[in-house]
Amino acid sequence: MPELPLLLEILLKIGMVVSPLLLAVAYATYAERKVIGYIQVRIGPNRVGPRGWLQPIADAVKLLTKEIILPRQANRYLFLLAPVLALVPALAVWAVIPFSDGWVIADINAALLYVLALSSLGVYGIILAGWASNSKYALLGAMRSAAQMVSYEIAMGFALVGVLMAAGSLHLGQIVSAQQGGIWHWYWLPLLPLFVVYFIAGVAETNRAPFDVPEGESEIVAGFHVEYSGMAFALFFLAEYANMILIAALTALLFLGGWLSPFEGLLPEAAFALPVIGWLLGPGIHWLLLKTAFFLFVFFWLRATFPRYRYDQLMRLGWKVLIPVTLVWIVVIGLAIGFNLGPWFS
Amino acid sequence: MTLELAVFYGFAAVLVLASLLMITVRNPVHAALSLVAAFFAAAVLWVLLEAEFLGIVLVLVYVGAVMVLFLFVVMTLDLNVSQLREGFVRYLPIGGLVALVMGAGMIWVLTRETVFERTTPLRAGADYNNTLAIGQVLYTEYVYPFEIAAVILLVAVIAAITLTLDPRRRRTSKSIDPAEAVKVRAKDRIKMVDLRQK
Repeated sequence: MPELPLLLEILLKIGMVVSPLLLAVAYATYAERKVIGYIQVRIGPNRVGPRGWLQPIADAVKLLTKEIILPRQANRYLFLLAPVLALVPALAVWAVIPFSDGWVIADINAALLYVLALSSLGVYGIILAGWASNSKYALLGAMRSAAQMVSYEIAMGFALVGVLMAAGSLHLGQIVSAQQGGIWHWYWLPLLPLFVVYFIAGVAETNRAPFDVPEGESEIVAGFHVEYSGMAFALFFLAEYANMILIAALTALLFLGGWLSPFEGLLPEAAFALPVIGWLLGPGIHWLLLKTAFFLFVFFWLRATFPRYRYDQLMRLGWKVLIPVTLVWIVVIGLAIGFNLGPWFS
Repeated sequence: MTLELAVFYGFAAVLVLASLLMITVRNPVHAALSLVAAFFAAAVLWVLLEAEFLGIVLVLVYVGAVMVLFLFVVMTLDLNVSQLREGFVRYLPIGGLVALVMGAGMIWVLTRETVFERTTPLRAGADYNNTLAIGQVLYTEYVYPFEIAAVILLVAVIAAITLTLDPRRRRTSKSIDPAEAVKVRAKDRIKMVDLRQK
């Protein structure tokens, strides 16, 4: 096969994205337990390794060695296929996420659409898990989840419409470079309502608190994954955390200038020419990681702060608050672009 | 065999297999899932033809939204499969006729050499942006058909919402109207009774 070197190159790139991602997922669980612990005036995990640093590894080993229990009369193949279907789209989306200028596996033009399409596939894993488990709680959780994800996808899609109107492109790299020119040029300011709606819809899409009704433990035990154990259970968590990191990274890319530096336009040009400090101050992958980490922290913060939404409140928020906000703001952006409102659209 | 050809044959096989499964499996949930697999394989074939915008939209709309709701309905319905199979012999003649007509039509179209001559896809460069190309055609040449389609969809949306409204009852669910709820004052709900001995 003549394309063998190309295939190897792609595989290498995938490895370079997926392995740090999985490590980040493992330590996101540790960070979450620590952050929520300190918010609740506890210490959090501190037994395995120094300051509990090896806790995620211990968790992974434990989950790997546990038995996967198949419930009686469960649909065997779909039951085992469901966690895989949840995880694969969560990892596949990362193919189009740029980490710095040009650092991307697949540099495609319709990247934003690809992200939206693949993240809408994640719901299959959850629905199938609920259905194949042959359990009332699991089915209820799956149905809640399907309704919630389909509803919030609309608000999320509309928020993205605003971004692509402002940037004039579906290409993630071009969206970031359209925000060039310092912190006031990033889209969080002109698209502020869409930024808020996008992040809220993102929290709801990943089924995180306060939108975690699909797994509401006080009502339906653990929702769609109530019958899962061992590695099959772990795969759902892997998918959920990979999606959380993805939403955090996308929010940073679309609204906070991605890898652009906040000091751009504030500091004199000479500051960026300094040997090491200049590199740190200038644009680069470290800024994207920092912004992603911030939004990830907000995810944990929300979980520790807010009680769970009631189901009808959740639907009301999605359909009657978030979607109208995005619709109005799309018109506002249309006018702003039409009148060349500076400094963003001139 | 090039990589492209291998991918094509792989996903073409998946498409054919999934389509066959969709019409032959007994369980309606499995049938819906086979349809999902078929859509996905078709989307991959479209991407191979460099129609990546259409391929992604196929996944986004059909796989991500339409089939999710479909699956939702199929799962919650208590379908009696044996009842669905009863009419097989009765409908066989008319089904066979439709199959025959469609088969003949496909053979007639595909065996004409001109079809293949006309549809040999042209290779576009890597910088070719087909999202842009579709947008330009859609909003200039086909702007009226596009807008008419949008209006038809809007009418369908309004019709669907009207169907859910029940004229006999004002409210069909137990949901609370927040505008009413915030107006409630303590004295509407609590009656203070003086129980002290006089």
